[in-house]
Amino acid sequence: MSAKDTECSPDVTLAFYRRLYPFKSIFTWLNHQNPPTKLFTHREFAFTLLGDVYLRYNSFNNADDLKREVCRLNPTRFEVGPVYSARPRDKKTMRAATFTPLLRELVFDIDMTDYDEVRTCCTGKGICSRCWAFIAAAVKILDRILREDFDFKHLLWVYSGRRGIHCWISDQSALALSDDSRRAIVHYIEVIKGGKEMTKKVNVRLVHRNGSVGGLHPMLADSLSYLRTVFGELILKDQDCFEENKGWETLLELLPNKKINEKLRKQWEADLFRASDLKWQDLISEVSALGKDSAEQNLMMAALEDVVLQYTYPRIDSEVSKHRNHLLKAPFCVHPATGRVCVPIDPARVSDFDPEKVPTVGQLLRELDGVAAQNGEPHHSDWTKTSLKPYVDMLDQHVAKLMKVVREQNRAEAERQF
Amino acid sequence: MNSSKVAIKNSREKYPLRLNMYDRPPAQDVTLEEFETWAIDRLKVLSEIESSFVRNRTHDELKTVTTDQCRKYLPVDSNNAELQTREPQRKKDHVSHFILRLAFCRSEELRRRFVKAETTLFRVRYENSAPADREKFIEAHNVGGDTVDVQKDPALLKQLQKVAASAAHATLEKSYYKVPWTQVPDLVATRRVYLKGGFAYVPLSLQPNIIYQKFQQNLERALEQTAKALPRLDEDDRLVPILEHLSKGFVAGVSGEYRAGEGIDGEVTADMVDEIARKHFPMCMRSLHETLRADRHLKHAGRLQFTLFLKAMGVSVEEAIVFWRKGYGQSMTDDKFNKEYKYNIRHSYGLEGKRADYPAMNCQRIITQNGPGPGETHGCPFCHHSIDNLTSSLTSVYRITAQADLMEIQRAVKDGFYHVACTRVFEITHAERGVKKGEGLGAGESVAHPNKYVARSRELEKAAGMPSGAGDAMMVDEA
Ligand SMILES: [Zn+2]
Repeated sequence: MSAKDTECSPDVTLAFYRRLYPFKSIFTWLNHQNPPTKLFTHREFAFTLLGDVYLRYNSFNNADDLKREVCRLNPTRFEVGPVYSARPRDKKTMRAATFTPLLRELVFDIDMTDYDEVRTCCTGKGICSRCWAFIAAAVKILDRILREDFDFKHLLWVYSGRRGIHCWISDQSALALSDDSRRAIVHYIEVIKGGKEMTKKVNVRLVHRNGSVGGLHPMLADSLSYLRTVFGELILKDQDCFEENKGWETLLELLPNKKINEKLRKQWEADLFRASDLKWQDLISEVSALGKDSAEQNLMMAALEDVVLQYTYPRIDSEVSKHRNHLLKAPFCVHPATGRVCVPIDPARVSDFDPEKVPTVGQLLRELDGVAAQNGEPHHSDWTKTSLKPYVDMLDQHVAKLMKVVREQNRAEAERQF
Repeated sequence: MNSSKVAIKNSREKYPLRLNMYDRPPAQDVTLEEFETWAIDRLKVLSEIESSFVRNRTHDELKTVTTDQCRKYLPVDSNNAELQTREPQRKKDHVSHFILRLAFCRSEELRRRFVKAETTLFRVRYENSAPADREKFIEAHNVGGDTVDVQKDPALLKQLQKVAASAAHATLEKSYYKVPWTQVPDLVATRRVYLKGGFAYVPLSLQPNIIYQKFQQNLERALEQTAKALPRLDEDDRLVPILEHLSKGFVAGVSGEYRAGEGIDGEVTADMVDEIARKHFPMCMRSLHETLRADRHLKHAGRLQFTLFLKAMGVSVEEAIVFWRKGYGQSMTDDKFNKEYKYNIRHSYGLEGKRADYPAMNCQRIITQNGPGPGETHGCPFCHHSIDNLTSSLTSVYRITAQADLMEIQRAVKDGFYHVACTRVFEITHAERGVKKGEGLGAGESVAHPNKYVARSRELEKAAGMPSGAGDAMMVDEA
């Protein structure tokens, strides 16, 4: 990546907003139809300007209005909030009780920093194509739960520009969810809990009085059967999480059988840097050697399943999803540190996604200039020849499905009135 | 004004059901005196329910207390009772509920608390009801969900078996009811039901949850409507003072809030914090303080919990800025500190943003609000740390070594009585100040607020006439 690509000077972002940002698509995505409705006009937009000035409670009549203001303020990024009971820009003139959030897409945020204790390739702000496998697994699991268990159909997955991914769910039933229901979804999904003082972060089983443990809820059992395959490839092979002393000590801390732990500790201390998959096999052999279907064996099997979950199950930033009035960065914004555009991602092909191949704003503007030079003069459709096009198409296809729902509702309503 | 769906033998019977969904306002006249005394009687019951939450009573304890209170102030007998007995009871129950709605619809906070207390009251009464009374209620309000023929669907059967195996009762239940999942968010949140295509499959044993949820959702909606309609009522100047009085009584009842300066006076400077931490902090704050010292950093939620605590302890905003600036040390440039952190500190003190006077968090909030995520240290150590880590801090930081003491604390933690565990730590570490087992923070009061813990601990030191700084030998010390 050249120095120029990550450059995000005000000139660059302004050119991006003027010539490339898909305001029209974003408008219909939020509004579900062409004539502006409250879904757009009563929607909060927040702008972050250079120097960390933060402007909340902006609202607009239509896509052009939004574009005009974005180009005037030239924010480093902007965020989308809920649809309020009145226009957010009139907030100051309203009684507090009459200004309340009504509708909002259900959103999820997964950030690589929450994976620091289970990834060995990078830490903190870093991300590489290897870490992305964690995100890919999380997307597969969440996408399935949200569609099959909750029956949501309109999910938009968006790269967050650096080290994570967002999901926006625009079904009407999702927009209307109360904060209580949002909290319930989060609790249903959330498995990894506890701070750094808590080694075992998966506690999803009922512990019976005799010390035995209950089975997994069907949602978790389904997730587990997919994550087992991820675990072998990602944790045992690629990340090699249990190779070093600290890694396998953590693994043993998660297991309940003291005898096995002691035996393996001796064995592994003598065999420095024994690969993770071999260590895992050592464990499996120990568990097989326990009496078949004995209480001890069942307990260990459950513990191993919990290990798989702890290392591969989605880690979501739960606060983002719980409240209607949480703001989230709009798709297609530019991440100020990387210069990369927050593009949509097809969940079916999330494993092939490479964050380092996402177009940067600098690259896109160069492409645009190239097109203009070829044609002799700039044209407003030039952007369709840049590498942004497939991503805007992806959003438009998503929006088309949303608009179809509204059209069909309107038709049904018209027929009913006849 | 009867529900038309209910078959009524006696046409003069106004209340054929023991339990009321309160979906119709009362139409009878009441005297002003009845208006006030009935409302106050109901308020007594609801206040006791609220204080049960604050005291972390178990559901069984709460049920016993509430049943007693209801017998005294607000009895509703089953249909076995004489009509002359039960009709007036049910009228009082009905009317008093609607009076309190008027008093409690005024703010979101009051509405939330009222809904919680009323739903709990309904639940206790439902649990105490005879099966016949329950069935009548379900039928009259059509709230039980659709019955599912499980045997016809082997795939579904298999999934329901898995849910059963993951729950307390390992066997399949006799019947299942299908409802949109939003009708049972609490069962979804705790994964006690099977979820598919947006529907929850609720076993017979959990069917009451559908009804409680319905009750709660109806009440929430009704209160919002009442709130909108209320300005018209303000014109009736006989009622307004009574309503004001009622809602104030509820608010003042049990709060668990803590105001700065309570107990011990005098400003605390940034330099004093380390020593006070060592001698007087409860474990949650001790843990945050030590993390700050070790990492030169605290994540956002920890910072907020700690800042508000220090504020309530008497640290002024100027001293708080000094304390945090020193706390971060070289890990942060002055520029970054001034830009990002100073604002947040001033915000916590109500000097920026919406200028709210944020109270310090009480234990309930620390425990129930967001637990710490990976890499965070805020929250309540008794609730959010593993037993092993907890025990090692008890020994190394608080010097609690007697096996019997440790076991007792661990047992309380395992049973979920975090405040009991924390109170026990206070008693043990203040035994040399004459605090006996069971005395807690004085007169048996349990720890419900970290600032009360620290204030009481400093008070005891002051009473013992210890010159500040001389108490290290006997109090807990650095490991
Ligand atoms: Zn990496």
